[in-house]
Amino acid sequence: MDAYLNIIWFFIVGALFTGYAMLDGFDLGVGVLHLFVRKDEHRRLLLNAIGPVWDGNEVWLVVGGGALLAAFPEAYATVFSGFYIPFILLLFTLIFRAVAIEFRSKEVWAWWRQTWDIAFSLGSILSAFIIGVAMGNVVQGVPLDEHFELPYREFNLLNPYALALGGTTVLMFAMHGAIYILLKTEGELQAIVRGWIPYLIGAFLAAYAIFNVWTLVHVPYVWPTAIARPWIFVVAIMGMLVILNIPREIYKGREFIAFLSSCAGMGLMMATFGLTYYPYMLLSTPHPENSLTIFNAASTTKTLGILLLIAGIGVPLVLSYTISIYYIFRGKTKTLHY
Amino acid sequence: MHRWSPQEYNVSPLASVIRFSTITNMTVETLARAQFAFTIMFHYIYPPLTIGLGMTLVIMEGLWLKTGNTLYHNMARFWTRIFALTFSIGVATGIVMEFEFGTNWASYSRFVGDIFGSVLASEGLFAFFLESGFLALLLFGWDKVGPRLHFFSTCMVALGSHFSALWIVVANSWMQTPAGFHLEKIVNGQHTILPPDHIITADDLGSMRAVVDDFWAMVFNPSSMDRLAHTLMGAWMAGAFLVVSISAFYVLTKRHKEFAQASLKVGLGFATVATCLQMVCADATARGVVVNQPIKLAAMEGVFHTQAYAPMNVVGFVDMKTETDHAIAVPGMLSFLCYHDFSKPVSGLLDLPPDAYIQARHPEATTPEQLTTLRKTYWPYVPLVFQAYHLMIAVGSALFGLVIVSCFFWWKGWLFNTDWWVSRWLLIALVFSVLGPQICNEAGWMTAEAGRQPWIVYNLLRTSEAMSKVVTADEIIFSLILFAFVYALLFMVFIYLLTRKIQHGPDSEEHEEMTQSWKDIINHDAPRT
Repeated sequence: MDAYLNIIWFFIVGALFTGYAMLDGFDLGVGVLHLFVRKDEHRRLLLNAIGPVWDGNEVWLVVGGGALLAAFPEAYATVFSGFYIPFILLLFTLIFRAVAIEFRSKEVWAWWRQTWDIAFSLGSILSAFIIGVAMGNVVQGVPLDEHFELPYREFNLLNPYALALGGTTVLMFAMHGAIYILLKTEGELQAIVRGWIPYLIGAFLAAYAIFNVWTLVHVPYVWPTAIARPWIFVVAIMGMLVILNIPREIYKGREFIAFLSSCAGMGLMMATFGLTYYPYMLLSTPHPENSLTIFNAASTTKTLGILLLIAGIGVPLVLSYTISIYYIFRGKTKTLHY
Repeated sequence: MHRWSPQEYNVSPLASVIRFSTITNMTVETLARAQFAFTIMFHYIYPPLTIGLGMTLVIMEGLWLKTGNTLYHNMARFWTRIFALTFSIGVATGIVMEFEFGTNWASYSRFVGDIFGSVLASEGLFAFFLESGFLALLLFGWDKVGPRLHFFSTCMVALGSHFSALWIVVANSWMQTPAGFHLEKIVNGQHTILPPDHIITADDLGSMRAVVDDFWAMVFNPSSMDRLAHTLMGAWMAGAFLVVSISAFYVLTKRHKEFAQASLKVGLGFATVATCLQMVCADATARGVVVNQPIKLAAMEGVFHTQAYAPMNVVGFVDMKTETDHAIAVPGMLSFLCYHDFSKPVSGLLDLPPDAYIQARHPEATTPEQLTTLRKTYWPYVPLVFQAYHLMIAVGSALFGLVIVSCFFWWKGWLFNTDWWVSRWLLIALVFSVLGPQICNEAGWMTAEAGRQPWIVYNLLRTSEAMSKVVTADEIIFSLILFAFVYALLFMVFIYLLTRKIQHGPDSEEHEEMTQSWKDIINHDAPRT
């Protein structure tokens, strides 16, 4: 039973961060594309499209972090202190972006709006990029010492592989955001973004393919693990099919299914990663014996049990009202007032 | 009392570029504490407003549903907009807090993760999702859902904000009065359970953690419920006085007359209830400190010598050189407040902590001089705790006086008589009253947190032992500068948007220009034409 709880929490923490990527992913993606939309009223519409939900989407990050602290305190402590500067920058960009959303439409001066538009867009791009870079380092492993500390000052977080995942993440969120814009807008703005979709999908698919090949070549544990756990191939191929399904659905004009495919694609990518990475929470290279696993990084079985009870009550509630809110706010965005 | 060196890993690439720390010569501990204090104090402006305004919204919308009076509907809509503003800044600055436990206080997270984490996860699941989910309905759902469902959303948002207070105060109270846990040492994968009276030594650090025994004992630890009530009343006051302040401003400037008067009544009624309840809760919290943290109490009141008929200081200062306090005092009052008995002695700092406590931790100390020196290392910085506490008491009492006088004016029908200079000055005082609860909340936080130093988890883990080992002083300064910049920006946004919303006023009324300037309000009666 003990091991099951650790595995369940490995899954829940992963699911929370996946939820964050699916949800905040589209509003970060809207931010990535923001500057490419030239007209003032269109930019306003973009902000309105994410207006009611971006706040709630960021809560997934808070809850993901909280769940990581609760279930795997050692992993939380190591990652957050080890990635100090990137995480501080992530906080900075997320807040800066929030400020920009609030400020942008309050004055009509062109320079004012232009400044906050740039702030919003840069904040979104950098947030997505930092998340990707952090993930890249987690995937390939970091040099933990025997106290599970990451003296990253001796280690370059901005290595090419991590940067590649950073770039891929920006492209993925941009595509995800563009599909969301198709869903939520109409007329001229929708037509503009529709024109970008093939390029965005193409760019993402290229980056995705390069990144996958790079992972197989560069990260030594991936191929042997995949051979040992054939399930990984099933999930990975499902992921690829779902992602390839996006252009098909767009072509057929079924934007909602395209959006769901994009979400599912992210979920399956994270699942592939989780299945391959298990049982590590943070892999140590070149000394794998210093790695944090779902066992040595975890809270006690008792706490994991209590947490499961809390999550058992909380998660269905969260899911039901999150879905209700999105349902109530379905349909095309107009200018919003409150 | 550094039992390990955080400088062990000091090879920062950032440090090689900019050597902040050589300029300022500050330690990682000081900087990490400064950063936490800065970010939490800024954050703590907003959640109390959210909690208090949430309650106000429930009252207003409830009144609307009950009476059908559209005035209350306008009111709920107007205050919802202010609520949204405080909420979004609360979320943005709240993410920072959660990250900081890991970035700056990794050793702390390793030590308490098993306990603190479950509480924080509950906060996320039960409070944040509830709040943020229903907030969208509260804000944008006026035309999308029926009034009853909308009222339900408002209640859920208010409930969510109260939940967040519940869980975070529980977590903080556990750090003040730990309960429902045992200590566990892990060496080479072997877990050893330690006895409850185990004293943590240098060897234990890094391989020691606190582990849950009894979840409910942990939640209902000795101080949590008193402190929760105290915090919630502080939050209600923050929200209520914001409503009072803005409404009083409208009354003074003769804008949105009907709206302003009704809103002021609701706000003042709520403020009065919250302030009176706060008197009771504050007393309960202080009496809890007497029992659980006598050193903190002695520091709050500047008591050095154990004494019967101990006086309560009203205003004054403490002299750490001579170890005396100089203050205007009410004789015997402190003994009475602590024990409801004037003759009971209150323990002074010179006897705290007791010799046995020090000897248990420092077996090498034998002479009285050694004990005296060591004793001081278990004190907080007394002048800070003393002044913060007295500031809170002074401002809190002033607010109590203010609501009593205002209610008397309301009862007499003088409150809205802007032609009479006395009423006008009272309204001006009410406009500025919004600062009162904010000052009290910040000063109260400082009393509680500075007062429990040098401990981060009382009697278990020192603040100096709780930092991240790999983070350097330069990196903390770098992040502190970033936060100072972005928070300054955020505060400007807040003030700017708040001012705009106040200028815009409630809907369904034509925009009026300001009819009176501040000078006119104070000096003469007739509106300027």
